[in-house]
Amino acid sequence: MTTDKYSNTRATLAIARASFRSIIRSPSAVVFSLLFPLIFILVFGFIGGGGITVDVGVAKTTDTSSPVYQALKNVKVVHLITNMGEAEMAQSLQKGSIDVVLDIHKNQSAPPYTVNVQYTKASTEKGNIFKTILNNILSGINSFGRVTPPPAVAELKETTVQGREYKTIDFILPGQLGFALLSTGVFGTAFVFLSLRITLVIKRFFATPVKRYSIVLGEMLARIVFALIGAVFIITIGHFFFGFTLVHGFITVINMLLLSFIGVVIFMGFGFVVSGIAKNESTVPPIANLITLPQFLLSGTFFSINAFPAWLQPISRALPLTYLNDALRKVAFEGAGLFDVTHQLLILGIWGIIVYAAAVKLFKWE
Amino acid sequence: MAKQPIISVKNLIKNYGDFNAVKDISFDVYEGEIFGLLGPNGAGKTTTLEIIETLRDKTSGQITVDGFNIETDADSIKKRIGVQLQAAGYYPNLNLSELIVLFSGLYGVNKTPTEMLEKVALTDKAKAKYKELSGGQKQRFSIATTLINNPRIIFLDEPTTGLDPQARRNLWDLIREIRDNGTTVVITTHYMDEAEVLCDRVAFVDGGRIIGIDTPDNFIDKLVASGFERKKEVKMANLEDVFINMTGKEWREG
Repeated sequence: MTTDKYSNTRATLAIARASFRSIIRSPSAVVFSLLFPLIFILVFGFIGGGGITVDVGVAKTTDTSSPVYQALKNVKVVHLITNMGEAEMAQSLQKGSIDVVLDIHKNQSAPPYTVNVQYTKASTEKGNIFKTILNNILSGINSFGRVTPPPAVAELKETTVQGREYKTIDFILPGQLGFALLSTGVFGTAFVFLSLRITLVIKRFFATPVKRYSIVLGEMLARIVFALIGAVFIITIGHFFFGFTLVHGFITVINMLLLSFIGVVIFMGFGFVVSGIAKNESTVPPIANLITLPQFLLSGTFFSINAFPAWLQPISRALPLTYLNDALRKVAFEGAGLFDVTHQLLILGIWGIIVYAAAVKLFKWE
Repeated sequence: MAKQPIISVKNLIKNYGDFNAVKDISFDVYEGEIFGLLGPNGAGKTTTLEIIETLRDKTSGQITVDGFNIETDADSIKKRIGVQLQAAGYYPNLNLSELIVLFSGLYGVNKTPTEMLEKVALTDKAKAKYKELSGGQKQRFSIATTLINNPRIIFLDEPTTGLDPQARRNLWDLIREIRDNGTTVVITTHYMDEAEVLCDRVAFVDGGRIIGIDTPDNFIDKLVASGFERKKEVKMANLEDVFINMTGKEWREG
């Protein structure tokens, strides 16, 4: 018989290791925590990559050598589509899938060019943007070569403040990261404790000298490590492939990981509650979805909550994921430190206390 | 054999609300024996076992295991016993080697997976998952996990239920080997033929009470002495002997 002193740390780490191995081999954990967020990031990363663009259908009859056309080619916002037939173009314009149809003719007499522009009611905003761009170009071209410019009525002085470009990825990635943490925390924890309870794995553990807190800590540790590896993965892909902004680079990543840690710990609390309420494995998804789905939709994962109707906003502002997403965005894009997001952390902390109080009441070992 | 009690149960009572699962049970288990708790389903065998294993609270009574009181020294007892539960699963997605590593950590001992799997002839299944094993292999693996901490006593709850005759006999050999290496074995079963060939002593449990405790031989002799006769003439072999004789003794994997 061994006479070594029994080590609770060793037992905790043994569970953490076993649990981590089990997590990375379970397809659902990997799909929900890594694949789903990545797919969303990929989709939004490609769709929204360059901010606003105005899709301009160019009629086949357009004189592409004209100075107006050449000037438009150099405007980044304008996306010139030259390979579309007349009928298709008319239809697309009606549906709003292109914003403007452009046709430039060279004239035999003055003025040398006529620019025909067709706008659509289906896309008035982008039409207006194009109108402004075109007016700027035309007034530049028209005043060129004039010997005496008309007397100035007002002088225009423009300056641009140096700022960071806020890209779609900067909004989407923190939301996806927050949601990945939520699903890992809630689903993973709920399933594992329920199944360990039902299959009597926990009972067999209790026949060993292991302490209960070792089992809980070991499981939490494994899930935290998995969630943080997932976070690093998502941030890395986002940064290097989609230009996700990390204001202070490495420091920002560390701050995001600290927030992720806080988030996943709180979300695991929900998982403990669900595992206590659920009677069997098939009741876990509905209960867990009841917790995750509203947050998925209402916590600013895809859209800013400011875009929601006024009556919905208070609900959004009550959900913990809203504050995690908010804090993550502030840290990543504005370069905030953890001390700048104390408001968000405070509300997350309140959620933590509520959830763990409920977990202590509802969690079942057997 | 020196008759030194290693487990002593005195006046054990367990009530679940109004239901009296165990009604005043007392018995001793001697060091180095295979002790069988026999009885129909629901007799209170598993409840009694789980109370001794410190997995369940008792309502009243005194129990000592290897000199330790179950109330005050549950942790010391856990380090000295090995437990196989009826129908217990193992941590999902891990192979046998990794499960042995996990249990070594839980018991705080240093055992290599190979060392443990050798004892139950499962080294070729080291990379297999528990759920991929046959019934007999599952039971042997469970027994391997009970041996990790070099226990003084192991508890086996219906280890042979659902096994075919070959696997059953194979498991009996393993259990005898464990006993011969100095570990006391407490086993529950409702197969009387199994208890007869395997157990050194048995206790009959029915309706939460022990209604008899002795060696299988003594029980049979006493019954015969009282004038009991089997209706059918006793032959020199039974149908299972025929089965084993015809299908061979070597163990088939599921």
